[in-house]
Amino acid sequence: MSEQETIGELLVKRGISRRALLKYAGYLASVMALPPTSSTAMAQALANARRQSVIWLSFQECTGCTESLTRSFSPTIEDMIFDLISLDYHETLQAVSGYAAEEARMQAMKENKGKYVVVVDGSVSTKDGGVYSANAGKTNLETLQETAKDALALISVGTCAAFGGIPHAKPNPTGAVPVSDIITDKPIINIPGCPPIAEAIAGTVAYLVTFGKIPELDHLGRPKAFFGDTIHDRCYRRPFYDKGLFAKSFDDEGARNGWCLYEVGCKGPVTYNACATLKWNGGVSFPIQSGHGCLGCSEPDFWDRGGFYKPLSSWTGGNAAIIGGAAAAGAVVGAASALLARRRKASASGEKGS
Amino acid sequence: MNERIVVDPITRIEGHLRIEAETGSDGSITGAYSSGTMVRGIELILKGRDPREAWAFAQRICGVCTLVHGIASVRAVENALDYKIPPNAQLIRNLMIAAQYVHDHVMHFYHLHALDWVDVVSALKADPAATSQLAQSISSWPKSSPGYFADTQKKLKNFVESGQLGIFANGFWGNPGFKLPPEANLMAVAHYLEALAWQREVVKLHTIFGGKNPHPNFLVGGAPSPISVDSTASSGVSATAVNMTGLGQVKTVIDSMKTFVEQVYLPDTLAIASFYKDWFARGEGVGNFLTFGDFPEKGMDDPSSWLIPSGAILGRDLNTIHPVDLNDPEQIQEFVSHSWYDYSAGKDRGLHPYEGETNLDYTGPKPPYEQLDVEQSYSWLKSPRWKGNVMEVGPLARVLMLYAKGHEPTKELAGMALSKLDLPLEAMFSTMGRTAARTLESKIIVDQMSTWYDNLIANIRGGDLAVHNEDKWEPSSWPKEARGVGFMEAPRGALAHWVVIKDGKIDNYQAVVPSTWNAGPRDAQGQPGPYEAALMDRHTLYDPKQPLEIQRTIHSFDPCIACAVHVVDPDGEELMKIQVR
Repeated sequence: MSEQETIGELLVKRGISRRALLKYAGYLASVMALPPTSSTAMAQALANARRQSVIWLSFQECTGCTESLTRSFSPTIEDMIFDLISLDYHETLQAVSGYAAEEARMQAMKENKGKYVVVVDGSVSTKDGGVYSANAGKTNLETLQETAKDALALISVGTCAAFGGIPHAKPNPTGAVPVSDIITDKPIINIPGCPPIAEAIAGTVAYLVTFGKIPELDHLGRPKAFFGDTIHDRCYRRPFYDKGLFAKSFDDEGARNGWCLYEVGCKGPVTYNACATLKWNGGVSFPIQSGHGCLGCSEPDFWDRGGFYKPLSSWTGGNAAIIGGAAAAGAVVGAASALLARRRKASASGEKGS
Repeated sequence: MNERIVVDPITRIEGHLRIEAETGSDGSITGAYSSGTMVRGIELILKGRDPREAWAFAQRICGVCTLVHGIASVRAVENALDYKIPPNAQLIRNLMIAAQYVHDHVMHFYHLHALDWVDVVSALKADPAATSQLAQSISSWPKSSPGYFADTQKKLKNFVESGQLGIFANGFWGNPGFKLPPEANLMAVAHYLEALAWQREVVKLHTIFGGKNPHPNFLVGGAPSPISVDSTASSGVSATAVNMTGLGQVKTVIDSMKTFVEQVYLPDTLAIASFYKDWFARGEGVGNFLTFGDFPEKGMDDPSSWLIPSGAILGRDLNTIHPVDLNDPEQIQEFVSHSWYDYSAGKDRGLHPYEGETNLDYTGPKPPYEQLDVEQSYSWLKSPRWKGNVMEVGPLARVLMLYAKGHEPTKELAGMALSKLDLPLEAMFSTMGRTAARTLESKIIVDQMSTWYDNLIANIRGGDLAVHNEDKWEPSSWPKEARGVGFMEAPRGALAHWVVIKDGKIDNYQAVVPSTWNAGPRDAQGQPGPYEAALMDRHTLYDPKQPLEIQRTIHSFDPCIACAVHVVDPDGEELMKIQVR
């Protein structure tokens, strides 16, 4: 095998200058809300590092998280796999099947012992010894334990891997659990969402690779750069909420005018994610902008919280609010929810002692 | 002496699939067995929930063909409630489904299937100038200069020389099964990368109408995306994503899809296929084909307005199209003779989805295992049958159905492709025929998108902004009990969901999906499923350690295994007790 090169050498070969490297690092710094000075350090780290070995394991999943990653505009999937990481195992993307595929995983684990990053999408079935999900004749449970053993860190991509997701929804037929229930002795970053925003996945991987450390996380293990605010707090429709202007149904005048979707069930006030700021697919739109309330998909157990079309006041099974009630009433209830959300946010940031 | 080859995981697919094959001394496949190895139980999770929310759960069956289960789900609930949707919602759904086809098929070809035909390492030996000549000889696609291909090659060379091959590690590079000249390989590698960038742009159509992709939003009773075209709206200029800017972006996406299909995907398919003509002579599945129909101009109630018709073809006979009735208990049945389920009336019975049972019964080897016992049960997939026949669903079935029904654009396009390749129509019954059919139908469908878009714009200009029918939104307006079936043509084939609603809640939910039809195991009569039959049709492994030939034929079906296995009831409850209405 030829001498392995650093990312810096590779980039120079591709004709990418230090200036371009700095620019990319600057972008990363801005998206991750880092101080501007960090981009120099990051560019340095990028230039020195050998491409980080990443092993991507897919368990009880729908491949939506991988699909989302391919939609990232910065860094793009092409740039990631050619310049940033060495994607040594990924069932949906890798060339070879069967024995040769498993061999590639084993080889990466051996060559990068203690240094590789494991990304997981999908929950892990534990019922009946985990027979409900197997790969290469092994249960996912066994594959996860085996692969995590010598990993540097793990990233749980998507709500299934982070919190159990849809397989974990009642009555959880296969005993599905999140990765953090199985692996307790390694750092784990959670990037929930069904699926997560592409740039949240790519940005977190890029951060980990360039800095070699875990970004600042909230109390649920989510990077604060992407999960620090509620969607409601950053929503462009927030002024209508404050004025008490609500869509009462999906296609009424308020809906067409882009008024607040609180009364048709939007979960934005209690959902921490970057949909309202980063938006989706290159910043084109996000669920609320396209007229459907937020489902709350980056929060644990969002499938079981009592109704996507029920206004928040009745979301967790409390007093059922009458849909279409007075705007003022909606605003009051909403204010309470938003307050709760802020309090929760405060306690989350309190945990890290800031 | 027979040898057992195990390929697990089959990569470059959606989900978890295992293939076991028996080979004779010459390497020819004499027996093949397809096994789905993962279950989640989404239908069970749906029980007791609000039917208006079912689409969100069902959609998570799959994130690759994202949207298909959402569409089938809202259609099932609308069918149960006799809930009409506005014409604009129908057009928006058509556009979203069509966008899914084109996106999905292009990504399948370049990112999931191409590496079965394209030798990435051989591309390093290509002459960029000759590659440019080749590219310009087959297409007017502008990215075709010698410098462009030289850059791509340099990028690839540096990558290979880094010693970290990532997703290309351990590839079967240099296997004599690869037939493309280095220049064609280099062109394909360039398009592999271009398609990655292209797909990011074209999913924006879903983002505008559905808020995000993967997993865009849907709504029972219409579309969830109100149209904001009045720039003087009290809310200001932005309002919703479906404003003049958004609609302009939709048009841009449609144009980009059409151009990419015509100038890249179609010419690449024909160019690559021309080096693999032997693959037009093997890998036929079962010769039986099934479609449910889709893309209504005037709503699902009017089959005459569907772009893709419904029907069944038996034994390659394109002269006789059999009508298909999803409500007929004699027509659609699922068998579990070789699946890890049990039926109360006996494992050899076939049950219509309305009466289906899903009693989980794992009898396979205790993991870790080396080999499955294929004489017994060996898969989480069931074996669906139409009137007892094994049926193939998907692009080939649809293209044959359109062809048989005399759809002129299809006949013209298929005629052009076959004459360029100098092949008879019978060549379509094959591995490469399946792959080519996927390309042809992308062209057929992308050509319809502008018409739907123009109709939508015309409606808006005429003052019709309605996208949602509010009439039956409130469960209080529903009958105490209702049941219905929602069907569609997903990119991978015919799909249907059955729902039973009681007291405003889901009493039962069942889905029979394309990859279950194609990837299912043997039935009670021992009839192999389409994957299995196709692998047993003239396949010889050059090197059993490099099962390239198996990958080619399995990938030609575009497996989606999370879709195929989605039913489970570990407590042995009877899920399906549905009467035909």
